[in-house]
Amino acid sequence: MSLPVQLLWLIPALPLLAAGLGALTPRSGRKLASGAAILAMAGSFLLSCGALMTALADPAAHLVHNFAWLDLGEGVLRLGWLLDPLTAFMCVMVTFVGLLIFIFSTGYLHEDPNFTRFFCFLSLFAAAMLGLLVANSLLLLFICWELVGLASYLLIGFWFHKPSAAAAAKKAFITTRIGDLGLLLGMLWLYDSTGSLLFYDGGQGVLEATALGGLVAQTTIGGLAVSTAIGLLIFCGAIGKSGQFPLHVWLPDAMEGPTPVSALIHAATMVAAGVFLIARVYPLMAVDQGLATTPLHALTVVATIGAITALMGAMIAVAQDDIKRVLAFSTVSQLGYMMLALGVGSWVAAIFHLLTHAFFKALLFLGSGSVIHAAHHEQDIRRLGGLRGPMRITFVTFALGMMALSGVPFLFSGFWSKEAILHAAQGWNVSHLPLYAGLAAVVLTAFYMTRLVAETFFGSARSDEARHAHENSPVMTVPLVILAVCAILLGFIGTPAFPWLQSRLMGQTEVHGHSLFEGGGLMVLSIVLVAIGIGSGWALYGRRPRTTTSALDPIEKISPGLFGALRARFGFDELYAATVGRLNTATAALADGLDRYVWDGAVRFLAALGEFAGFVNKEADEDVLNGGFDATNDKIRGTARLYSAAQTGGAHGYMRTVAIGFVLLVLIVMLGGGL
Amino acid sequence: MILTPLHLCLILSSALFCIGLIGALTRSNAILVLLGIELMLNAANINFIAFWRYGPNPEAGTGVLFVVFAIGVAAAEAAVGLALVIAIYRHQRSIRLQDARLLKG
Amino acid sequence: MTALLSLIVFTPWIGAAVLAALSSAKPGTVRAIALLFSLSTLGLGLFAVANFDPSRVGSQFVERHDWITALNVHYHLGLDGLSLILVLLTGIVTPVALLASWRVERDPRLFAALFLMLQGAALGVFLALDFFHWFVFWELSLVPAFFLIKLWGGPGATRAAYQFVIYTIGGSAFMLLAFAALYAATGTMDFIQLAQLGADGTLAQQLGAVGGWWPKAVFLGALLGLAVKVPLWPFHTWLPPTYAEAPTGASMFLTGVMSKMGVYGFLRILWPIFPTQLHGASGWLLWLALGGVVFGAFAAMRQTDLKRMVAYSSLNHLSYCLLALFAVSAATGQPGTTSVAAIAALSGTILQMFNHGLSAAALFYCVGLLEARSGGLRGLNDFGGVRTAAPIFAGLCGIALFSSLGLPGLNGFVGEFLIFRGVFGLAPWAAAVACLGLLATALFLLTFWQRVFHGPTGKVASSGFQDLSRHEILTLSPLIALMFVLGVWPQFLAGLINPLVTSWASRLVLP
Repeated sequence: MSLPVQLLWLIPALPLLAAGLGALTPRSGRKLASGAAILAMAGSFLLSCGALMTALADPAAHLVHNFAWLDLGEGVLRLGWLLDPLTAFMCVMVTFVGLLIFIFSTGYLHEDPNFTRFFCFLSLFAAAMLGLLVANSLLLLFICWELVGLASYLLIGFWFHKPSAAAAAKKAFITTRIGDLGLLLGMLWLYDSTGSLLFYDGGQGVLEATALGGLVAQTTIGGLAVSTAIGLLIFCGAIGKSGQFPLHVWLPDAMEGPTPVSALIHAATMVAAGVFLIARVYPLMAVDQGLATTPLHALTVVATIGAITALMGAMIAVAQDDIKRVLAFSTVSQLGYMMLALGVGSWVAAIFHLLTHAFFKALLFLGSGSVIHAAHHEQDIRRLGGLRGPMRITFVTFALGMMALSGVPFLFSGFWSKEAILHAAQGWNVSHLPLYAGLAAVVLTAFYMTRLVAETFFGSARSDEARHAHENSPVMTVPLVILAVCAILLGFIGTPAFPWLQSRLMGQTEVHGHSLFEGGGLMVLSIVLVAIGIGSGWALYGRRPRTTTSALDPIEKISPGLFGALRARFGFDELYAATVGRLNTATAALADGLDRYVWDGAVRFLAALGEFAGFVNKEADEDVLNGGFDATNDKIRGTARLYSAAQTGGAHGYMRTVAIGFVLLVLIVMLGGGL
Repeated sequence: MILTPLHLCLILSSALFCIGLIGALTRSNAILVLLGIELMLNAANINFIAFWRYGPNPEAGTGVLFVVFAIGVAAAEAAVGLALVIAIYRHQRSIRLQDARLLKG
Repeated sequence: MTALLSLIVFTPWIGAAVLAALSSAKPGTVRAIALLFSLSTLGLGLFAVANFDPSRVGSQFVERHDWITALNVHYHLGLDGLSLILVLLTGIVTPVALLASWRVERDPRLFAALFLMLQGAALGVFLALDFFHWFVFWELSLVPAFFLIKLWGGPGATRAAYQFVIYTIGGSAFMLLAFAALYAATGTMDFIQLAQLGADGTLAQQLGAVGGWWPKAVFLGALLGLAVKVPLWPFHTWLPPTYAEAPTGASMFLTGVMSKMGVYGFLRILWPIFPTQLHGASGWLLWLALGGVVFGAFAAMRQTDLKRMVAYSSLNHLSYCLLALFAVSAATGQPGTTSVAAIAALSGTILQMFNHGLSAAALFYCVGLLEARSGGLRGLNDFGGVRTAAPIFAGLCGIALFSSLGLPGLNGFVGEFLIFRGVFGLAPWAAAVACLGLLATALFLLTFWQRVFHGPTGKVASSGFQDLSRHEILTLSPLIALMFVLGVWPQFLAGLINPLVTSWASRLVLP
């Protein structure tokens, strides 16, 4: 059964439908919500397998289906689906791992009152990730990318009544959004330069030769090729999402979410998105490799950031005491490996490691979830211990995951994918520093994983929670077993002798194997390093297990300063709080102060000016104009008063006047000699 | 100087007028003041008749007409005057003119 | 229908008159009548959509009658894509705002009548094509708004109402003077004729006869009136207290519809009539718009009063519209300017106007609900854990918040993306700076959600906090539904404005 590319949208649509259903289901509809989510995921898994068949039939082809989304007259925004081996492999991995995590969650969260909401968010998370995988447009990818961010926000803050969870959720969203703004700008630049956001579009897509040639031919600020600048901006998005230095701070805090969420974030959905993005736009990232004059190649930055992250994550993981935090920093470190692989030019090695890592990291997280669930939410490894007896299945599967992550030779998938990366780093002609960082991280990884297993499962139980722990129900252990099997077997699809996965990803139909031990010197070195790591870990933690919860860590005894710095995660959170956080608060205060004092002050000043003018006006009116007017009136009134005095009101007076007037008249007539 | 009948009439009317004027000015009873005014009016009427009878055209009858009108007007005036007096009395319980000062400006 | 537009404008006023006449009607009847009349706009607007020919560029359903012939004043109404979208927005926001004010107990008849007057005035502004009655509508909208704020507002309402009206009238006075000057120079106040004169430069010539500085002075007068209304940073200080003190329904209308009157004025009046002057000024206007984007968002972060916070977010969102317009204007005639970017920016502006109307109205309603349930509290720190007590409320409010911060899949993203896409093509540095606004917006909106809905159950949430009633869900659901629909299918609105925007871009951008 194969799935045509036109129907590729069904893969994300099924979980999206389940998410919609889950959103509308009342709290009591637990079976409905979880059942719909699991069924949708299973359906998507089958469809992904069908898509894989389609893709493998012609691995070199990029099957696309494009359609217009927003027609703006001259500029038509088009979206589309893309099917190639990269998409198909990722879809299969995400749906399969996701399915197992979903099943595990029904056991892990079966007491939670918001059970239905949890499956709604999980389905949304999966749908967004799958949409991101099948997108043939950077815009659609960005849309899904943000939705992944939203879903992670909702899930990290799922226990929202815990202030720490709410804060962690916000931190994750904001930190990744800082990177996303880079991605947004890169996308805008790309769109502005090429007029399209489709990856593949029959020669017109941005990842095809015409567009790439145009991008690399132009130069911008600092002599960078436009493609380099865009690539770096897009890489900002990946830095945020994939927890790379310096935006890795959200990832450990994301542990506040329920453990299946951590598994999903660290294995299948969230952090894989960044690596996938760079692998997807790899032609764009790599097109400046041919330029001799450019001051910087985009991939050099990727490799540098990857190497720093790989080493830093591994170092910090050594000194963490929270079982999930150790795993979180190991994810940071492993993602650094993947970025390193991308940077040194081997994106297939990165994807190979991404796939294998997804399985064993999901296994480790679900295993830790199993421990936490059994130990009544005790996550501190100093308070655990001795669990290998009561929790045998969890112990065995966890140990297998630990060996896969540490890179125990030959049998485990992690060994082969890590070898591929180290091999690629060795072949990088720019610098060998990433290789040395990777090798150092190999020792550290083996060391801290040994420490984790020794502290958790060996020795004696150091708290009541650990003493009362017992094995979980099959709904939780069966996914562990399946993932453990995959963690072993998956390595064999990409060994140097039979690099099936790599060749399919590269678009080849034939598999050209080399010797199984190609690059033997490096392989021997890394095996020795793994042995050193596990040996020293066991020597420090396994042989003389910790007996009390308050006992000092062996490294702390040796070098308290170093251990303190590592435990404090090199103080990145504090550094950001002191710089970015302060700057942010200061800007907000500035904006508010401008409003309150400057602009409002100006308005008040104008108002005061108006009032002053009114006052002057009033004074002028009353004293000058009205004063003169009043004075005139007073005079008139005085005269009137004078005359009105004659009006005595007495009739006699009036008659007297009449008589006197009459007499006067007569006298005038008589004396005047007759009229 | 020779006293013609016209002169006698005029002296009579002047005397009557002076009596009326003095009465109107000196009395404080409003009704007596009205009486005085009537006297003055009638003094004027006597003048009209006298000038008509001894004037150049005694046949025309104009003087009588004047007087008839003057008497009619005087009657109306007296009616109004009395009505005013009654109104003032109602208002002030007195018809002393010195008390009625409502017209004071 | 030859008088469709008059019908659209005056039906709400007829409703107000009917309410004024019904002196003894029961509150329930009054509310129903008011709702019915306010819904008429939506009905007639949809009728207009059905009969609207989107491929034609100019105004449709034109009504032009002689009015005051001595002054060359015509009664001139017309509808193009921009007006149509704003009529639809008014038709959606007003009934929702009335539904949101269902619980107004004090003189519901006067409240509803004032509201319908406000609605009619706003519609008149969106449809009038002659400055004479356009300005009458423009100023008439202030009167009911003033009384709505003063009589039904919060404790500081009187001061806010005076500030709002005086500030706005102060701006309008300059605009009136500017148009008096225009009339003196040209003898007409018809927008379309003035736009023609503006486009071919005759207007500047005629105004320039007075003095070389005169066209600029007239332009500044008109700019000032519109800048206060939108508001353009830093002419915005009336906005936070007004929105904060106004009753919830009035806040919804003020931010949802009235703030669009300013942006509409920029697009309909200022830009077409003064293209060269705007081009000359857009260099520093772009900075002011950026100031609104960045400082609006950062100032919002600092607010502890939720209504003030949402008010500042309005400033931030409307500044994106102006940013796009100024970027287009700044790039007019520049070599290398592509009309594709201008089309994206202008389409984004119009979509953003609509989208902001929806999301800001929804947010004000949510804050109003919080206020009503807590007995007048609306501080950022007065709540906590509300999601536990009211999950539906939290969910719907969350959707509105995420729509406001531009989450893809919801309506806010489409407009902002198009604006950023256009602005990046025209003035890349401005787009880069404006990204800071996006980040700060996310930060304060999530802080809002976190402090109010998350965390341990606070005092308010634990003392019998009710989840949304059916009436309240009904009020919010049209807005929420539209957020989803326009997020996934923005073509519905974009299709109405495409030819219009294309013609703007072709006329003004290409040298």
